[in-house]
Amino acid sequence: MNPSMAITEAPGLFTADGLTGLIFLVMMAVTLIGGLIACTAERLVRSVAGLVVCFIGVAALYYFLNSPFVALMQILIYVGAVCITIAFAIMLAAPEENKKNGPAGPLSGPLAFITAGIVTIGLIVMAMRAKFTSLPKVNGGTVKEIGIQFLTSYSMVFELISIVLLIAIIGALVIARAGRSK
Amino acid sequence: MSLTLLNVIVAVVIAIAFAAANAAYLVWAERRGAARIQRRPGPNINGPFGLLQPPLDGIKLMTKQLMIPGGADKILFMVAPVLAMAPAIMSFVTIPFSEGIAAHNMELGVLVIFAFASMGAMAILFAGWGSRNKYSVMASVRAVSQNVSYEIPMLITAITVVMTTGSMDLKMISMAQSGGFWHWNIFPSLQSPLMPISFIIFFICSLAETNRAPFDLGEAESELVAGFHTEYGSMGFGLFFMGEYANIVIGASLTTILFLGGWDCPFGMFPGVWWFLLKIYLLIATFIWIRWTFPRTTIYGLLNLSWKILIPISLFNLLLTAGLLKVF
Repeated sequence: MNPSMAITEAPGLFTADGLTGLIFLVMMAVTLIGGLIACTAERLVRSVAGLVVCFIGVAALYYFLNSPFVALMQILIYVGAVCITIAFAIMLAAPEENKKNGPAGPLSGPLAFITAGIVTIGLIVMAMRAKFTSLPKVNGGTVKEIGIQFLTSYSMVFELISIVLLIAIIGALVIARAGRSK
Repeated sequence: MSLTLLNVIVAVVIAIAFAAANAAYLVWAERRGAARIQRRPGPNINGPFGLLQPPLDGIKLMTKQLMIPGGADKILFMVAPVLAMAPAIMSFVTIPFSEGIAAHNMELGVLVIFAFASMGAMAILFAGWGSRNKYSVMASVRAVSQNVSYEIPMLITAITVVMTTGSMDLKMISMAQSGGFWHWNIFPSLQSPLMPISFIIFFICSLAETNRAPFDLGEAESELVAGFHTEYGSMGFGLFFMGEYANIVIGASLTTILFLGGWDCPFGMFPGVWWFLLKIYLLIATFIWIRWTFPRTTIYGLLNLSWKILIPISLFNLLLTAGLLKVF
């Protein structure tokens, strides 16, 4: 099927396209449900659990888009490291999660809805107007090719990211040192 | 297409069966081994050598009432044991047991196992926090900080092996070591003279990652009642136990593939799945032996060992290997 062609009729459920679409929808649902739990849960730990579900959904989407390396990195880094760190921060900082925030202002509800609505409509309009063209496949998404690209074409980006991470590590050490001498 | 799907389903069922059978009989082996080291008989009543003990234990655990503490966070409490078991099963799918026996060999096998292993820490956190018991929370914080800090040297050591082999494919890594024990990664080579040290670091880390003694700080019963699973009874506890033993099998398999030549025979004869199984069960026997002969370390000793000794050594080893690979 030519991706730039407009889809005029939905493919049948048990064709290859239909099943792919179904799997895609399931992944989207997992991601969205995880995100909703992360935003709306009253207990912070449950929000982290929602975030984990959301990240796993995103990882599944990456796998679906034929880049297993990025998918596995998503699980290893976001689920295995970021979520664990967030959970630690919650355990150290908030012993009592039943604390309620004060009542929000009277305008906060409508404002939130209006903002969300504008963003949603804007995204939909953009998506409808955009012309989706199929790009040529750059490489097989193998680790070797990604590594070669990182150290040749995109070496500047790669080094800049390393510097950002180095600064973050040094900053964390400085803060930890200051806390220890007190 | 449908044939590959069928293959995957059969492989997953076999992976679950293998994990469950191993979990059941490793508990028996552990108890018998402990008893032998402590000069007592151990479970020897039910069946010959007590071999019927694991199924009977399983029946007992499954028929017990599922108790959820009143103050617990019900959803997290129920999800945690499943989350402890599921990633372990997922990792089994990528492990090649011999040249032909691999459920789904992936190009990124090493990464798959590490990614799923890192999800195990979430299960421990949810179990501890969901129980709403201070001992459980403390135990889970300990266990997770230990898991996180030992994951780093383990990954760095694995990267060293991946660099010398030039592949993340577990099958390729095994095949690169075939043809006699002198080809195995455990022995020093020109590119990587510190391989025996890498092996020791990897072994220590796999002990710590699976929360085994002498690093079982998360289950220090004299300080923490029982650990992160204090509030769990019946099959919830059973699932944690099965997850732990499945992780031990995965750790032993990964050590075998990365360092001990996978299914290769030490003398170059009859390579096959039997050598793989022999190697992993010898490693597991060592795990059990270490557990019942070493005393438990302290939490500070444990974390210092990782951050101040293992990580610097493994980083140095990585740099050395990278340099030597460039030279030779």
